[in-house]
Amino acid sequence: MPRPTPLRGVHTSLGATLTDFAGWLMPLRYGSESAEHNAVRRAAGLFDLSHMGEIFVTGPQAGHALDYALVGHLSVLEPGRARYTMIVNSRGGVLDDLIVYRLAPEEFMVVANASNYPAVAARLTERAKGFDAVVEDRSEQYALVAVQGPRSQEILAALTDADLDGLKYYAGLPATVAGRRALIARTGYTGEDGFELFVAGDDAEPLWTALTEAGAPHGLCPAGLSARDTLRLEAGMPLYGNELSTAVTPFDAGLGRVVKFDKPGDFVGRAALEPLKDVSPARRLTGLVAAGRRVPRRGYPVVLTGGGSTVVGEVTSGAPSQSLGRPIAMAYVDTAATGQELAVDIRGRHEPVEVVDLPFYRRNK
Amino acid sequence: MSSIPTELHYTKEHEWVAGVDDGLTLTVGITAYASESLGDVVYVQVPEVGVTVAAGDAVGEVESTKSVSDIYAPVGGEVVEVNAAVVDDPSLINSDPYGEGWLFRVRLDGEAADLLSAEEYTALTSGES
Repeated sequence: MPRPTPLRGVHTSLGATLTDFAGWLMPLRYGSESAEHNAVRRAAGLFDLSHMGEIFVTGPQAGHALDYALVGHLSVLEPGRARYTMIVNSRGGVLDDLIVYRLAPEEFMVVANASNYPAVAARLTERAKGFDAVVEDRSEQYALVAVQGPRSQEILAALTDADLDGLKYYAGLPATVAGRRALIARTGYTGEDGFELFVAGDDAEPLWTALTEAGAPHGLCPAGLSARDTLRLEAGMPLYGNELSTAVTPFDAGLGRVVKFDKPGDFVGRAALEPLKDVSPARRLTGLVAAGRRVPRRGYPVVLTGGGSTVVGEVTSGAPSQSLGRPIAMAYVDTAATGQELAVDIRGRHEPVEVVDLPFYRRNK
Repeated sequence: MSSIPTELHYTKEHEWVAGVDDGLTLTVGITAYASESLGDVVYVQVPEVGVTVAAGDAVGEVESTKSVSDIYAPVGGEVVEVNAAVVDDPSLINSDPYGEGWLFRVRLDGEAADLLSAEEYTALTSGES
């Protein structure tokens, strides 16, 4: 049986369609997922993300332990700021993508994906040996609620005295929201401005209710994982298990910039990744827009339009795009096929696709 | 769970068939149960008018944000009409699956076999949900 989040009762009372996601019982959608998607693009959406993992790394050498354990340079992160980073294995394969928040000089919070966080906590514990740092998986204690969309700040401002104007993208601050202690982070996975609120499990439901009330005049609506997936896909953000796995390196995924070779000392994966930094990868994560209406989906082959239907890649995620009005997909495509006419084999029929730069969608700032 | 029209017949593939009792030309669509499980339908492909189909043939497809499913011919015969409106606006399958969301009409060749009654279909879907 999948595990419920602290907001299970809320989802049920809202009539959500629930789904098993990485062992968690999560809302897939509350009504129309297209309407939820559009609400986040135009107004705001409210998400339960309590399935994510929160792993704390504390102590005088916490930053240095993370410098060794992850590909990023976390010891130079200023308190109150966050970084998108990755944990890789010794071969450079991606174990997870992470957001690391430095809450205090000696306190970091590593946010990992639901499917990975027990393994990430184990690796961090192993890699922190020899450093004066303690790794503790506190995922059980936290719920995570996100408000995403252009109206997010107005909605949240009604419930907190925290200085949201001063809170930059990829920054976080402890605050009181609707009378509950919360860590407010200006992060997200939708391509919109927005906030993620880390709270104690027991505070999740009152917080959700307060946000729902404060958001009603602004058009806020609850949004499920289906909308979250199409939003992140339009924003060109990778999903672990689709675009990211131990079979790919950060360079394959077009995210080589997160690997900080100039940080001092060794880190897990350095030896494997260093030779890759200045060479073109054999395949590359590529954005595709379909010419027709059929949707390229995960696992479908990417083929050359001419020349015997040679397979040159594979779709990792695909969906109809509300913002573009056409189906979009991300795929790993052989670098050798660059510039050639491509199609996706959609259940036996080759549907032409156009190669585009990622992301598919960029908000107006 | 929306109610299941009693005057229709059904298939295990969650399609409905109208007109079985009186006749020659049967109308086919997908059930509310199916449209609710799919979520927002974004694309539907129906068979071409004039083609002859056999019961059980995959004759089209219906795509939602999260998934794609085949449409099967519930009976054999010639496709005599398709719903152009649902091709233009696939959301009709969500908003009115038993009405404006119909998919195609078949002139029956032989008999309509192995269809479920509303009661049998209700039992089938309550077992699945």
